[in-house]
Amino acid sequence: MTPISILLVCVAALLGTAVLAVLLVHSSRSTPVVYGAGLVFSAIAFFTALAYLAAGLPSAEAPMLTLPFGLPWLGSHFRLDTLAAFFLMVVNLGGALSALYALGYGRHEHAPHRVLPFFPAFLAGMNLVILADDAFTFLIAWEFMSLASWALVMAHHRGADNRKAGYVYIVMASFGTLALLLAFGLLAGTGGDYGFAAMRVSERTPLVAGLTLVLLLLGAGSKAGLVPLHVWLPLAHPAAPSHVSALMSGVMTKVAVYGFIRVVFDLLGMPTWWSGIVVLTIGSATAVLGILQALMESDLKRLLAYSTIENIGVIFLSLGLALAFKANGMGLAAALALTAALFHVLNHSFFKSLLFFGAGAVLTATGERDMDKLGGLIHRMPVTSVFFLAGCVAISALPPFNGFVSEWLAFQAILQSPAVPQWGLKILVPAVGGLLALSAALAAACFVKAFGVTFLGRPRSAVAGQALEVDCFSLSAMSILAALCLLAGILPGIVIDALAPITLSLIGERMPLQTDIPWLSIVPVTESRSSYNGLLVLLFTLFSALLTAYLIRRFASRVLRRVPSWDCGFPEASPVTQYTADSFAQPVRRVFGTLVFRARERVDMPAPGDLRPARFAVEIHDLIWEGLYLPITGAVGFVAGKLDHMQFLTIRRYLSLVFLALVFLLLVLALWS
Amino acid sequence: MVVISALLVQTFQMAFVVLLAPLLTGFIRVIKARLLRRRGPPMIQPYRDILRLLRKEVVLAENASWLFRGTPYLIFAVTWVAAAIIPTFATGLIFSWTADLIAIIALLASARFFLALAGMDVGTSFGGIGSSREVMIATFAEPSMLLIIFTLALIAGSTQLSSIAAFMTSPQVGLRVSLAIALIALVIVAIAENARIPVDNPATHLELTMVHEAMVLEYSGRYLAMIELAASLKLLLYISLIACMFVPWKLAVQGEGLTAYLVGLLAYLIKLAVAGALLALFETATAKMRVFRVPEFLGAALMLGLLATLLRFVSRSL
Repeated sequence: MTPISILLVCVAALLGTAVLAVLLVHSSRSTPVVYGAGLVFSAIAFFTALAYLAAGLPSAEAPMLTLPFGLPWLGSHFRLDTLAAFFLMVVNLGGALSALYALGYGRHEHAPHRVLPFFPAFLAGMNLVILADDAFTFLIAWEFMSLASWALVMAHHRGADNRKAGYVYIVMASFGTLALLLAFGLLAGTGGDYGFAAMRVSERTPLVAGLTLVLLLLGAGSKAGLVPLHVWLPLAHPAAPSHVSALMSGVMTKVAVYGFIRVVFDLLGMPTWWSGIVVLTIGSATAVLGILQALMESDLKRLLAYSTIENIGVIFLSLGLALAFKANGMGLAAALALTAALFHVLNHSFFKSLLFFGAGAVLTATGERDMDKLGGLIHRMPVTSVFFLAGCVAISALPPFNGFVSEWLAFQAILQSPAVPQWGLKILVPAVGGLLALSAALAAACFVKAFGVTFLGRPRSAVAGQALEVDCFSLSAMSILAALCLLAGILPGIVIDALAPITLSLIGERMPLQTDIPWLSIVPVTESRSSYNGLLVLLFTLFSALLTAYLIRRFASRVLRRVPSWDCGFPEASPVTQYTADSFAQPVRRVFGTLVFRARERVDMPAPGDLRPARFAVEIHDLIWEGLYLPITGAVGFVAGKLDHMQFLTIRRYLSLVFLALVFLLLVLALWS
Repeated sequence: MVVISALLVQTFQMAFVVLLAPLLTGFIRVIKARLLRRRGPPMIQPYRDILRLLRKEVVLAENASWLFRGTPYLIFAVTWVAAAIIPTFATGLIFSWTADLIAIIALLASARFFLALAGMDVGTSFGGIGSSREVMIATFAEPSMLLIIFTLALIAGSTQLSSIAAFMTSPQVGLRVSLAIALIALVIVAIAENARIPVDNPATHLELTMVHEAMVLEYSGRYLAMIELAASLKLLLYISLIACMFVPWKLAVQGEGLTAYLVGLLAYLIKLAVAGALLALFETATAKMRVFRVPEFLGAALMLGLLATLLRFVSRSL
């Protein structure tokens, strides 16, 4: 069987599993059966995609397949090239590991029939989006993916928050699909050929290309979570069960990134230089705003969702650089920037899934998502805390983990950009570099907070003090991801070489071959002599730490005495006096928040002698929600109110309305031609 | 033979930086004391402090976790690795290509990450205050540092420290506005990163404005010794960083004779002494800032870094 047919069989099997889940609704075996099947089929698809990517076939030889579904004169086209194989790998690895995680986690689900049928369907939908080779199949699969994930968001529909999340999500998803529909309409042009192959070769004016880019940023960007279309993401991702949150954050946003790359780098032809400016600006704004909002958050899963927005920003920032370089014919630099983006796609799928799994483990063990009610879990959940810490280090872009490598590549790409001729880009790129560094520093602050408040310190509630370590399925899924985070960090050359066929097919250039470089270092461009070696950094650090520990053990005092904490002589017995998520964020909130969130602190200090308790309140505004979405919903509500009386017309008036509409449309048609 | 001598130089530097670091701290303290017309402790006092701490028992809070106990070793090791691969008296160390300047800064950032976590581990409000302020300072210091690196890398054509140092010794470099701006920004960042006045006060931990000392409040004995040593090492590292990029005179080059290395060593000691004296003078002359003034101070570094990078983007000669 060819790789593409194996993949399609896996998709069919996943859909079959969804049907099976409906049939098995009342069986107690349904959870292990569905997740076991999900694990097996995703794993098969993962290895198929991996093998295809490793073979590195040029895109001209990409296998295609047409099935007689869909539009009668079109059929459904599927195609597997290296770009698709890479994203299929990301999707199916995430899918397989979340199925593995759910084998344990899913047992705690109180309404399994609301989750089980949609989980494999969601996986199948994401696979189909990536395999699609015509606009019709792509859009159908995209909508299928949206609806399946919407059903998963609504799994716990009794909570008012979750219902709101589902509502906002479905509205934004429909809006995104509409924008994509129009974008593909423009791509197909007047010829009306919806196959990607035809779109790839057709010519279009700069105006149409620009309009397509904007529509695509609206469509794929709303799914990925670009500012200002991100509002649904921090509501919807946390509302789903944790293994689904991991899939939505770690994987589904990547499918949106895939859609963007497929159209902009593959179908749209040569980009104009200002498209780089647009994507760079949106990407860097998304990165900084996302992570600042994550820092303000005290709900663990919402914090992770906001951090997803930041990482999507980082990915789009690198993509913007790649666009700018490609438009100026700087192939090597474009390949570097695109590799940085793809590497970050892979990295983010690893560590964000890992962190959501960790948050799910905390949720299972304590029933709490609010960090201000957690604390001290490092003693109660030692294994989970190690893996969660690995994820935190990786996402904070610290060596020797993987997050640092993609960030390093992005910085190296920025250093290539003084050669671009346009002044707009020259002035923008240094600022973008600064914002990228700022978002990395803020991410480190954010994950010090996430780990420090959740796992360190003393328990802030009774449930946190009695938490128990989670089951071995969940732990093994987390361990695989943590190992992958480390491996991709210390052996980045292998990943970069595996990405080379993709940049070759999309840009025509590739980064220098990395596996030839002695000692497994990586270099961004041959002549710059810059290099980084994660493996040696790890080995040197381990060596020095062990040497120091040995010397200390050998020559220094070994006596250790456990006593109550010192705290400068004034220890506070109550765990409430510890720093909470909000108090940890206070310095950053004061510095950045007054501008970005109009944060205000109100202190109500009673006069001496007054027995009333003192009060302190913080007020934070989400300016995008208040400035953009509330006016829109207000306007929609106003218009709907005005049109309300149309509901109560007589039949005569309805008929005359129909008649007038018909006349109007005929007039339009007459004037058009 | 070449490899063996290169390894020897690398090992020597590794031992040299860690042995020299407390002396630098002691030297700065002596100069500061003299400027205040005190006699001050002897220059070797930091060595005595560290040895005394190593001999003492550890008094550990009851709920301290493994993270708290492992962090001192990790911080020390990471700082040591970073200090061992930057050019102090010689460029082209055999392992210098392990990490470029961006990676060195990221290594120090991971030390900070773990120190901030350790500050939160025992669950005291002092630890939390220190950690939260430390990360706030980092959100300015790290982007500034990155922009400074951009400036230097765009001038030298590489982010590799050895290449930058080699370029700076060559006559191509000339006088540049962007370099001057980057130097000012780098000094500000170095002051903040090493918790010196006016950002933080290394001499006290009983002030509410404290940052670094608040995080390490619960440490004692050998753990505290490691942290003190790491702090000295970090100061040495930043001074060496400034020295090798802005005053790279007499740096020995790989493969030169013993004399070149000795000259390089002597020049390095003089550079350290001058920088230490300047730091002491600056610290005596300024007052500690309120913590929420620090963003303005560091914001200046950020803006200067941005300006320097922008100059490099718009002109090749500035």
